[in-house]
Amino acid sequence: MTAQLPALIPLPLLALSILAPVAGMWRQGIAFWLAVATIAFSTAMSAWALAHVIAHGPMSYEFGGWEPPLGIEYVVDHVAAFVSLIVMVVALAVVVATRRMAEQEMQGRQGLYYSLVLLLLAGLTGIVVTADLFNLFVFLEISSLAGYALVFHGGRKGMLAGYRYLILGTLGGAFYLLGVAFLYFETGTLNMAHTLAILSASEATAPVSAGAVFIFIGLGLKMALVPLHLWLPDAYTFAPSSVNTLIAPIMTKVGAYAMLRMFLSVFPEGYLIDEVPIGQALIVLGAIGVLVGAVVAFRQQDIRRLLAYSSISQLGFIAIGIGLATPLGFVAALLHIMNHALMKGTLFLAVMAIRLQTGVSEVPALAGLGRHLPVTAAAFTVGAIAMVGVPPTVGFFSKWYLSIAAVEQDLWVILAVVLVSSLLSAAYLFRVLERAYFAPPPAAPDGPHDQPEGEARRTRLPLLGATWEPRVDVLLPLVLLAAATIVLGVLNVVVVRHVLEPGT
Amino acid sequence: MDELAARFPYFMIAILLAVGVWGMVGKRNLVKKLIGLNVLQSAIILFFISGSLRDGGTVPILFPGEHGKAEDFVNPLPHVLMLTAIVVSVAVTAVALAFLKRIHREFGTVDEAEILSEMESQS
Repeated sequence: MTAQLPALIPLPLLALSILAPVAGMWRQGIAFWLAVATIAFSTAMSAWALAHVIAHGPMSYEFGGWEPPLGIEYVVDHVAAFVSLIVMVVALAVVVATRRMAEQEMQGRQGLYYSLVLLLLAGLTGIVVTADLFNLFVFLEISSLAGYALVFHGGRKGMLAGYRYLILGTLGGAFYLLGVAFLYFETGTLNMAHTLAILSASEATAPVSAGAVFIFIGLGLKMALVPLHLWLPDAYTFAPSSVNTLIAPIMTKVGAYAMLRMFLSVFPEGYLIDEVPIGQALIVLGAIGVLVGAVVAFRQQDIRRLLAYSSISQLGFIAIGIGLATPLGFVAALLHIMNHALMKGTLFLAVMAIRLQTGVSEVPALAGLGRHLPVTAAAFTVGAIAMVGVPPTVGFFSKWYLSIAAVEQDLWVILAVVLVSSLLSAAYLFRVLERAYFAPPPAAPDGPHDQPEGEARRTRLPLLGATWEPRVDVLLPLVLLAAATIVLGVLNVVVVRHVLEPGT
Repeated sequence: MDELAARFPYFMIAILLAVGVWGMVGKRNLVKKLIGLNVLQSAIILFFISGSLRDGGTVPILFPGEHGKAEDFVNPLPHVLMLTAIVVSVAVTAVALAFLKRIHREFGTVDEAEILSEMESQS
């Protein structure tokens, strides 16, 4: 069965995305359990694949028995298994935790909601395991289409955000496809390993370089690289809470993974630096994104918008790591992909829990959070200090590796960017923590009707349900994700030595 | 001049690409953005198809008993890829049109500026 493992990660998700709405028509609740079971299955397959790859090396799967380069090939190597496992674990935690939020937000349409969730995950894991350039485009569009539809359900503002996301996201997919066309006409193949072999054997040509630029722009849009990030803040802010909790930690990370894939297994080593300055562009744009994202995040009132801009900032780190194009840079980028998925998962899940229990998400309204929702606030704090990069959380170690990788290339300015951005993220996240822990709490817990709807600046935390703290099905995934940011931080040497170094 | 004539399709494709991107980014009407998107996708499909052509190439079908060389046929793979790309493009267009219908029902307009100003006045 291990021979089928690469296909067993995305395909069950794809199949169940068709079955889930059918089951949902019969009983609403069943769609959730089907989705969770499928995601758990794919998570287990990813974990198994990772263990298998560590023990026996990369494995490949030929679709329909057509041998590559003629047929479509799926390859699970160290990097693919690692990213796939992260995506699935975070998705599992988020889908379990957002169950009641989804019930509220997707009334009567849960079957379709879970169908889109599974489709999104099928697309994302497909991007991770595929070793075919055109197949990657198809999975990119599958995941993006599911993403647009999910964002679109976020009320009036979500509609426009979803539509803009569709236009810019499809523009990114189209540019990627154009780049693939250039590559295909030069090499005559779509298989990644075959492309790498042909490009390594021949001189650099203008069409290949043009293709590289188009692919770079297309994937840059998908990974929200500054200045191609314009779709992201609105999409994350106005999407339903159950949706942004799911897409924020994993979606842009998979775009970054696709970009990394181009460096690792499509273009020959050094091509994207010496022949086309894409590595340099990633470093410069990444550094700008790190700083601009952090500065803009500081000025936001809504935590979701604040976290969206902090995503842009954190993606800059991943872009820098990829752009350095050294093994250490790739390790730093991959480690940061893991960190960011865990940290953003924790933070967005905490915000979702706060919204579920109190209905607020503006920073000034969080007074008394630390007293009333101690566990949620503590998890948010862990996510926040991981984002700042305080040891022993994961956030510290990826910035550490990134700094070493940059200094190795004599790019001392990156070190300055890392330090300044850590201070800036401390500033904008501690502004939230200060409000949550040290602002004077409300005199008495307010009832649901005390605060009129739509009031511009609420300064007290309203209580919606019977208890302040959310139930265990929300708290447990939240606490586990928060714990993972610390545990994996302590164990980062294990992850780097056994998974990332052999893979890069 | 011959050079120019030989590359004529590529110039047209470049123009179509520019028109498409301009429509998507420059237009404020959401429907026109979608039309720009379709123009862009058509340009890419045309690019793939024109790249598959070969001088004197014919339909890539081998009849029983016939022996042909690869040079005698046009490259069929881009055509197959573009069938998939057309399906993707149709799916994106369908989703976008469904979005537009909801947006029009909600705001009564498909002009981005008017939608934004209405959202401002609401909040």
